[in-house]
Amino acid sequence: MAHPGMRTAALALLVAASIAPLPALAGKTLDGVRQRGEVVCGVNTSAPGFSAADSQGRWQGLDVDVCRGVAAAVLKDATKVRFVPLNSQQRFAALQAGEIDVLSRNTTWTMTRDASLGIVFTGIDYYDGQGFMVPKKLKIDSAKKLGGATVCVQAGTTSEKNVADFFQANGLKYKTVVFDTAEAITSAFFSGRCQAYTTDMSDLAGARTKVANPNDYLILPEVISKEPLGPSVRRGDDEWFQIVRWTLYGMLEAEEAGVTQANVDKVKAESKDPIVQRLLGVTEDMGGLLGLDKEWLYRIVKQVGNYGESFERNLGPKTPLGLPRGANNLWNKGGLMYAPPVR
Amino acid sequence: MRRRPGPGSGSASPAGRAGAERSRTVKPARFSWSTRSGRALAFQAGFLLVLTVAGWALWRNTAHNLAVRQIRSGFAFLDQRAGFDIGEGPVPYTPDASYLRAFAAGLGNTLRVSLLGILLATPLGALVGLGRLSRNVLVRSLSTGWVEVLRNVPLVIQLFAWYLVFTQLLPDPTGPLVLAPHVYLSKGGLQLPMPVWTGGPALERPEITAFGVSGGISLTPEFLALLVGLATTTSASIAEIVRSGVLAVAKGQTEAALALGLPHRLVIRRVVLPQALRVIVPPLTSQFLNLTKNSSLAVAIGFPDVVSIANTAINQNGQALECILLIMSVYLSINLATAALMAWYNRRVALVER
Repeated sequence: MAHPGMRTAALALLVAASIAPLPALAGKTLDGVRQRGEVVCGVNTSAPGFSAADSQGRWQGLDVDVCRGVAAAVLKDATKVRFVPLNSQQRFAALQAGEIDVLSRNTTWTMTRDASLGIVFTGIDYYDGQGFMVPKKLKIDSAKKLGGATVCVQAGTTSEKNVADFFQANGLKYKTVVFDTAEAITSAFFSGRCQAYTTDMSDLAGARTKVANPNDYLILPEVISKEPLGPSVRRGDDEWFQIVRWTLYGMLEAEEAGVTQANVDKVKAESKDPIVQRLLGVTEDMGGLLGLDKEWLYRIVKQVGNYGESFERNLGPKTPLGLPRGANNLWNKGGLMYAPPVR
Repeated sequence: MRRRPGPGSGSASPAGRAGAERSRTVKPARFSWSTRSGRALAFQAGFLLVLTVAGWALWRNTAHNLAVRQIRSGFAFLDQRAGFDIGEGPVPYTPDASYLRAFAAGLGNTLRVSLLGILLATPLGALVGLGRLSRNVLVRSLSTGWVEVLRNVPLVIQLFAWYLVFTQLLPDPTGPLVLAPHVYLSKGGLQLPMPVWTGGPALERPEITAFGVSGGISLTPEFLALLVGLATTTSASIAEIVRSGVLAVAKGQTEAALALGLPHRLVIRRVVLPQALRVIVPPLTSQFLNLTKNSSLAVAIGFPDVVSIANTAINQNGQALECILLIMSVYLSINLATAALMAWYNRRVALVER
């Protein structure tokens, strides 16, 4: 159960905040990771497509791949990641207390979180929005017809606030039932306790894959909020912040340059394109700027893949989630994904 | 009986009383290491000093570390708009209300479920406890089974089980079970007519709507599961306390009362019960406190008690330390109040020895 976990995390924060020696704070995450030989990555307990353990117990997902990318860049081995599953209430405390190095847990970047929790977001790995899922038998085709409904929602999420704003703005009455884990919500929703389940669209698609009869449920068209999801790190360690930020940008840059897991070796050996040569460390040493070596991005692409590959593998049309690339396509293909150049 | 206030009065032996008296009269205000009370005073003062300094250091260090980590701290957030909804509760609340109000709403839910839980668990426990002493084999074994099952299964598992009963086995809210006219039971909970005053006494009756039953008094499955779980588990412990209390009354008392020709009913009421209560009340208090604290497991089944609200608040504003402190002081206050009330009652039922 997640409840004692929350207490443990809060207690850890309390203890850490009370007794932690101060010099250990700034600039030391990279040293710690190298010494430990692993990146400790906070992920979702179960969010298919983002972070979920498969039948062999291997963590899979877009958020998981970001952490593997960091490990590939820093430790030269994408498998050297320890995943710590966290529920929505534990996540920030775990990062603040130093239990994890990176929080990569489909977490929405908001001003409150960025400015007051002692953490900073390094980028956006998925542009999401909040929606509603309902059983088809209710015969509803719009969220505006949910007046009077009971809505299941997860504790401590932006969803909890957005849904209040949405119903208030539309002058609709509703009731919430708030659970602290995604598992508890989906079980309550699919049993019929609530008429609607609200969370990020991608999460709804993921939840629907877990039920025996996905076609009995409908995701309503309304998107009621902006939910830019991305990894975050502790404040005050700019070196580590840069590494996590550029891991994601590097994956996007690789996709833009057409470098894939399959062709990376060939391209590295043959390409005369200066952009590609720079990305893969053939000519300039870009990794050195991050305190890494020149093959940092080569290893990320070789061991994890570029952003598009990770998307297709975890969320794309060929997966059970079947999500279109949409807003998460590259900027030059009609999407919002735009990485500053590796130059 | 109380002639003299101060140490040693009342229960102490004459010798102890004399000793205390001497130290009071000989050294009325002056401190000295050579007296026992003087040393005790010095040790207590020293301990208090150490405690204060340690507390102060802890506080300062925490505040400093929070500042270094750039984590916001302080209780200013309590005035801010909470912005999330709370599903149910006796305290009027909207998402526009403040965090303080949200905590009050959570506290209201905690008190509601604890109080009702205590009111249900006590008579239920008393019945089962007496049932265990029954001469009827069926009653006795049913009571024993009740106690053993409920006492030995972890509460959170019981809560999940009750919640599953309410949300999986019952019909959908659009086609509820009708227990009595206008009394509906479904996955949406239990709906009862509510007495209202509209120019005269009237009943607001629940109606079946597109999304289920609305109107009247509505008890959600989360509330019902928590209430039933807390009441039944605690009733098992109370049953054992009641049984031990009754067994603690010497057999001779009953026999003597019967020999005097008192009817059985009066023997129980006038002889057994007053003496049993003396044994029952103190551990009963602990059970009431346990029930209140156990209500914090509510978050597992989605009931918005004070812990659940604090969880949400921690996540919305990230101020874990402050919220955890609030939770701790809330439970401490509730339980100290309960304990004081029970201590008062205990003094009333305690056997007065002459």
